[in-house]
Amino acid sequence: MKALILSTALALAATPVLAGKAFVSNERSNDITVIDTETWEVIETFHGGNRPRGITASPDGKLLYVCASDDNIVRVFDTETYKEVYTLPSGPDPELFVLHPSGNPLYIANEDDNLVTVTDTETRTILAEIPVGIEPEGMGISADAKYVVNTSETTNMAHFISTEDYEIKHNVLVDQRPRYAQYTADGARLFVTSEIGGTVSVMDIAEDGTPDLVDKIGFEVSGVLSEWLQPVGAKVTSDGARLFVALGPANRVAVIDAQSLEVLDYILVGQRVWQLSFTPDEKFLLTTNGNSNDITVIDVASEKAIKSIPVGQQPWGVVVVD
Amino acid sequence: MRVLVMTLWALCSLTAFAGAGLALDARAAVLRIDYPTLLPISRYDLTPADLGFAGAALADEDNGTTGSFLGHTYETTTVATPPERADAALDALIADGVRILVILARADDLLRLTDRAAEAGALVFNAAAPDTALRDQACRANLLHIAPSHTMNADAVAQFAIWKKWTDWFLLEGINPADQAMGAAFRAAANKFGARIVEDRSFADPSRSRRTDSGHVLVQRQLPLDTQGTREHDVVIAADATDYFARYLSYHLWTPRPVMGAGGLRPVTMHGAHEAWGATQYQTRFEELTGRYVQPEDYNVWLALRVVGEAVTRANTVDPDGIRDYALSDTFELAAFKGQKVTFRDWNGQLRQPILLYDGMITVSVSPQDGFLHRTSPLDTLGLDRPESTCTAFN
Repeated sequence: MKALILSTALALAATPVLAGKAFVSNERSNDITVIDTETWEVIETFHGGNRPRGITASPDGKLLYVCASDDNIVRVFDTETYKEVYTLPSGPDPELFVLHPSGNPLYIANEDDNLVTVTDTETRTILAEIPVGIEPEGMGISADAKYVVNTSETTNMAHFISTEDYEIKHNVLVDQRPRYAQYTADGARLFVTSEIGGTVSVMDIAEDGTPDLVDKIGFEVSGVLSEWLQPVGAKVTSDGARLFVALGPANRVAVIDAQSLEVLDYILVGQRVWQLSFTPDEKFLLTTNGNSNDITVIDVASEKAIKSIPVGQQPWGVVVVD
Repeated sequence: MRVLVMTLWALCSLTAFAGAGLALDARAAVLRIDYPTLLPISRYDLTPADLGFAGAALADEDNGTTGSFLGHTYETTTVATPPERADAALDALIADGVRILVILARADDLLRLTDRAAEAGALVFNAAAPDTALRDQACRANLLHIAPSHTMNADAVAQFAIWKKWTDWFLLEGINPADQAMGAAFRAAANKFGARIVEDRSFADPSRSRRTDSGHVLVQRQLPLDTQGTREHDVVIAADATDYFARYLSYHLWTPRPVMGAGGLRPVTMHGAHEAWGATQYQTRFEELTGRYVQPEDYNVWLALRVVGEAVTRANTVDPDGIRDYALSDTFELAAFKGQKVTFRDWNGQLRQPILLYDGMITVSVSPQDGFLHRTSPLDTLGLDRPESTCTAFN
């Protein structure tokens, strides 16, 4: 008993952070799983609309935004009460979105309609609809918020949309089926994952936001067919040192030196690893594993998987708030 | 050199405002020969009037959207013709300046039209004919195959059977040459993957009277008699390319066994219920545009024109030779809602692709199966491999 108390005390001492909450969207069971990021226990599950996929939170952590793809709306939940507070118009089949750092507006990829919809989160109205390539999915926003990048899965382009006039200013061809776009915190680089191409395109971003495709990162894991190394979700640490890339059916997260672009390691996680999210302190990286119906917790400092937590059916996205 | 130039080109940042690339106009045609045939066993297999053409309409939309960012436009003409007017229809398209053709026709017609097109320097995509010879001794340099061969389809079924440990087969083959070509592919697949054909029968029973009010009664009585007295087997393999008996088999066998091949579990390139790997979006787009479910022919035509679109986008050319060279190069890759990129075999122009195993409702499995390995690509465990192919047109 004494030993138990001691180890609990140690554990508490070792993690003096405030308990946060991870919200996981489960696209098959139509619900959201809430996990305490201190105890890593599931504390609640609530209905998230039909086919919840993209998930993000307001800058103050009070509101949770969920793309309810089959309802053709964005559902907004209170992160304390888990009640739906209102909905936002999103255009048809919203899949993934990115929120302006100020909390307004929301830039939404409409997968079925080849559009990016811009929705005002306060007036709850649509500000603009921007025609993009076929099957828009990935959404990233530059550090200065002057550009939103959308990737279109069948057109195979990254479209750079000005947030001032909503015009596409640049189109960059990338490899097959681009899934996700992730800027570095300083805005000087952009990473675009290509699921079927099996690569991550690396772009240097000029002061004025102009992209320059400079490299492509490939992957190789002995014993895994190269066909299954399919880059999907990606996150880069805020110091720009590490890039983590989810490799889908390879069931691994690649650890990449974000400067030298060298792949350093592969972390074994659950099956069909899809999207990633850091805890706000960047101590942990969470992965959604669509086929094993769980999430994996990766310790960022040691670059090891430390825990897996069962969630709903076909977990898709994850976001963490303090 | 060509490959090197392309690689450099691909690496260039295509900061492409419309017009940064060359303005290109990609013109293609789909030529479909409509043969006089009997009605299918199932009404679900009735041929829609826009079979194949619907895939072209979707491809034009998909390619056109990408093209709008690059200054490329796509226009595809569709022509349906009876067999006797096929040559004239081809001539008219060639005279109109079309040099990229997708053809839905039987092997002999396809070969004749392909050779005729070659005289005008045109490139042909085969979207229907499964005959293995077209990828072998009868291959043509200007003919690329989107449709899988009988051999690929049979290998896809065989791998699943082996995975299931259903190694003893009862092969039931039709009496028409097309059925026998399919049967030959299954015999070769059994040999290739280690299955045994313990019973090999020809199915000669004439077509049945299902459509009459009590036709099913006759089917129910006759088929068990046709399939009795066999050796012990795990599965029935139906080689019926002409659709006259395979659909009846599943519940009318003497010995209850699963059916695969032309009935029961069938190898297809696509079906309207396939959802994995983002295909739901493909289905939604197709249905919105056409008002019906997708058929394999639609998908094959769509994929042929997507190959063209990919070549135009990446290699900046609408020249038939340029498109062919790019498609056959190491640089080429294309996403096709099959979970991995599709590419071409540069020894016979066949598209490598996963094959869906479809029971009429869902994707039951996808071949190649786990554990079937190949030094180049697991996809090359399906169909004629490089050492087996006698095709020389691509050397």
